[in-house]
Amino acid sequence: MIRELALIDVLYLIAAMRWTLALTAIAFLGGAFFGLFIALLRIAPFAPARWLGAAYVNAVQGTPLLAWLFVFFFGLSIVGVTVSPWIAAAAAYSIYAGAFLGEIWRGCLQAIPQTQWEAGASLGLSFSAQLRYIIVPQAFRLAIPPTVGFLVQLIKNTSLAAVVGFIELTREGQLTTATTFRPFTVYLIVAALYFALCFPLTQVSRRLERRLHVAR
Amino acid sequence: MTYRFNFRDVFAAWEFLLDGLVLTLQLSLVSIVCGLLIGIAGAAARVHGGPWLKTLVATYVEVIRNTPLIVQLFLIFFGLPSAGIKFDANTAAMVALTINLGAYSTEILRAGLEAIPRSQIEAGQALGLSGLQIFRYVVIFPAFRLIYPALASQFVLLMLATSVVSQISAQDLFHAASIVQSRTFRDFEIYTVIAAAYLALALALRFLLGLLYQLVFVRR
Repeated sequence: MIRELALIDVLYLIAAMRWTLALTAIAFLGGAFFGLFIALLRIAPFAPARWLGAAYVNAVQGTPLLAWLFVFFFGLSIVGVTVSPWIAAAAAYSIYAGAFLGEIWRGCLQAIPQTQWEAGASLGLSFSAQLRYIIVPQAFRLAIPPTVGFLVQLIKNTSLAAVVGFIELTREGQLTTATTFRPFTVYLIVAALYFALCFPLTQVSRRLERRLHVAR
Repeated sequence: MTYRFNFRDVFAAWEFLLDGLVLTLQLSLVSIVCGLLIGIAGAAARVHGGPWLKTLVATYVEVIRNTPLIVQLFLIFFGLPSAGIKFDANTAAMVALTINLGAYSTEILRAGLEAIPRSQIEAGQALGLSGLQIFRYVVIFPAFRLIYPALASQFVLLMLATSVVSQISAQDLFHAASIVQSRTFRDFEIYTVIAAAYLALALALRFLLGLLYQLVFVRR
């Protein structure tokens, strides 16, 4: 049934943002877990571990997120593994975010001068102790601005979950369009809501980056 | 019940998938070329333009970079017809991707232009180069070399993002995959094959862009 676009629809769209945020949170947590692992693999003092990390990053960064979503949403159930949409989305987004965060964090870890590692070694610290007490605390500061920047990418990419029927902001926009037949207004509102989420984060990321440059 | 993998149905549709692949390549190529041109113009306006132009370009960049591509696609394909502007799906996809990449490359190129020290431009002026010559040899060329890696990875991301245009029924590779899926119900097989195809494309594109860097910036 076609009806007028009313305030209630806008409120529904705003309410749907919570699923976008929930999905972003899950993707970020899962991605952080994978990402940390990948970043460590990529700097490990053992070549095959580095190759494995590099292969993972190349494979994921070379395939569309949409393909991962389709494999997890539709592919797995056909093979006989039944997964809930949340699990499927969490798995697809964690794999995706893990590759990008892993690469970002690897860069931050490698930005710490080699002499810092050597200083740790000369104090008799083991590899893991050097990493934990010397490298990671310094790399952490470097990692914050690009990580916040990637969070913006992640929020935007949760919109692809709408394609597999996951209800979040974009999907809610599609549903609202279907009942009100006002695509231009509805998608403009959807875009504005995404902008309201992402723009402040972009600004924060930029400000942090500038502060870091001054500090160095 | 065990599942038997059957890739035969997927490979039987190879001609159909190839048609999709061609559109994916066309979309990527056109939006990379046009997006880059927008990027050069946008970055020049952002750095050297008047205050109004600067604000306008900055708004364009921020709006595009802070909203999802799929919403931009929906807005252009489903939304604009109600404002009287109608595209077919493939054209809408091309327009959306170009506008999208234009914003990203504006931002990347702006960083490159701002990294060129003022003294370089003054050195160019001291040598008696014209404004256009300075822009070409002193500004754009070194700026490009600086930001080339960022630009190249943005191009690869764009190529992968073209898969999203299947959602407005543009007949790209991903759309072809969905059609094959609905005919054969071989979900797992078709999407893994498609993922592999995109991976091959991404690796090839990365290789070509690396080659281009060698040709243009290193062998000089």
